[in-house]
Amino acid sequence: MSNPHLLVHHKGDNVGVVVVEDLTAGTEMLCVVTEDNSDFQLKVNHDIPIGHKVALQDFTAGDTVMKYGQDIGKMTASAKKGDHVHVQNLKTKRW
Amino acid sequence: MTQLNHVFMGYRRENGRVGVRNHVAILPVDDISNAACEAVAHNIKGTMALPHAYGRLQFGEDLELHFRTMIGTGSNPNVAACVVIGIEPGWTKRIVDGIAKTGKPVVGFSIEQNGDINTIAAASRAAKEFVHQTSEYQREECAIGDLWISTKCGESDTTTGLSSCPTVGNMYDKLLPEGIYGVFGETSEITGAEHLCEARAANPDAAKKFMKIWQAYQDEVIEPYKTSDLSESQPTKGNIEGGLTTIEEKALGNLEKIGRESQYIDALDAAESPEKGAGLYFMDTSSAAAECVTLMAAAGYVVHTFPTGQGNVVGNPIIPVIKITGNPRTVRTMGEHIDLDVSGILRREMTIDAAGDALIEIIRRTANGRTTAAEALGHKEFVMTKLYRSA
Repeated sequence: MSNPHLLVHHKGDNVGVVVVEDLTAGTEMLCVVTEDNSDFQLKVNHDIPIGHKVALQDFTAGDTVMKYGQDIGKMTASAKKGDHVHVQNLKTKRW
Repeated sequence: MTQLNHVFMGYRRENGRVGVRNHVAILPVDDISNAACEAVAHNIKGTMALPHAYGRLQFGEDLELHFRTMIGTGSNPNVAACVVIGIEPGWTKRIVDGIAKTGKPVVGFSIEQNGDINTIAAASRAAKEFVHQTSEYQREECAIGDLWISTKCGESDTTTGLSSCPTVGNMYDKLLPEGIYGVFGETSEITGAEHLCEARAANPDAAKKFMKIWQAYQDEVIEPYKTSDLSESQPTKGNIEGGLTTIEEKALGNLEKIGRESQYIDALDAAESPEKGAGLYFMDTSSAAAECVTLMAAAGYVVHTFPTGQGNVVGNPIIPVIKITGNPRTVRTMGEHIDLDVSGILRREMTIDAAGDALIEIIRRTANGRTTAAEALGHKEFVMTKLYRSA
């Protein structure tokens, strides 16, 4: 298998993590789910730095974001599949 | 990995514990004794002063933590012998007596009625004898199960949860059954995964103690002192730069350090020595790297495993800190700080299982005497935890 652009922890997660440097908008990413080594393709909509998250589905504000198979917070703005998910549209439910 | 590789050469101490370094420490009881300790360490080669900021007018639980940290640091098996210097004899003697319980050579000096110069002269003579004595100590073969291995991650990003933290977890899953002592902490950074941490307790008492510690942190620290929210402190600016967005996400990655099967048998107070036998422990610590590693060293841990994403450079004066990263940018831009590169996990060229084996091997080599990146670069962050303002 060639090197993945994006890794997803669990099957049910709705975000993945960019694991390559200099990822540019429009790239057809190879995405791998680490839980079972399954893979899929996804086109990324933005230039996204290594370590940052990409939406695996369309989101609207208030949606719960899942990573590690767990709730990591809620969307504060909408996002399209392939968009950058970070502090501009995701926030903790704790504080 | 074969069983044959599960031995290392360590220093067996008077109390049976095994050290991986052979320091002669010059320990100040208080901030105003730092200058004398540093002068002794300058005079006598092969000794090391451990200057710090506290030790005056502390009281209650905060003072107890100070003594526990001082006595624990001097008692650590990586310290072969210890010279203690304080401004007055009372608290100095209390620390000397605490360290003496290990059976190692320790002696105290106090400055009042003597002055710095006479104190430095007397302490230097004692330190020189300790250097002669301990430099003849020989390493002997020890089982890897004799190691006490701590962990805490720093400058985390999303790669730590994918690679370096599960590497440490894999190591614990493999070495805890061999009889090591393990410890993880970072009370504040468990927030968001406290329910998962609670569930990893080996018994109901440990679970209850952990939740009590975690809840106390929320009630006594977060609630009274928060301004708006903790969004720029937890996660930190560095975490956010690395792609971590929420405390829940950070906590879930952090908890990967305890592996898939390991369960903690007790929840310890800061710098408290584990007393329930071999196994994994939780310790109530700050999530700031230097404070946390200092507390774990004071509890008796002799090797520290430190996953980092964006590149935390922390070290400790008495215990080697092994840096592990899976972030290829960090390997490229600050590789001199990294002892183990597991970025192959992100490229799917390395499994977590292989990374865990590689970590065990670098732990073994470090225990044998290999200098870590932090040691070579002179990182000796010794930072006491203070609970509240002094009297």
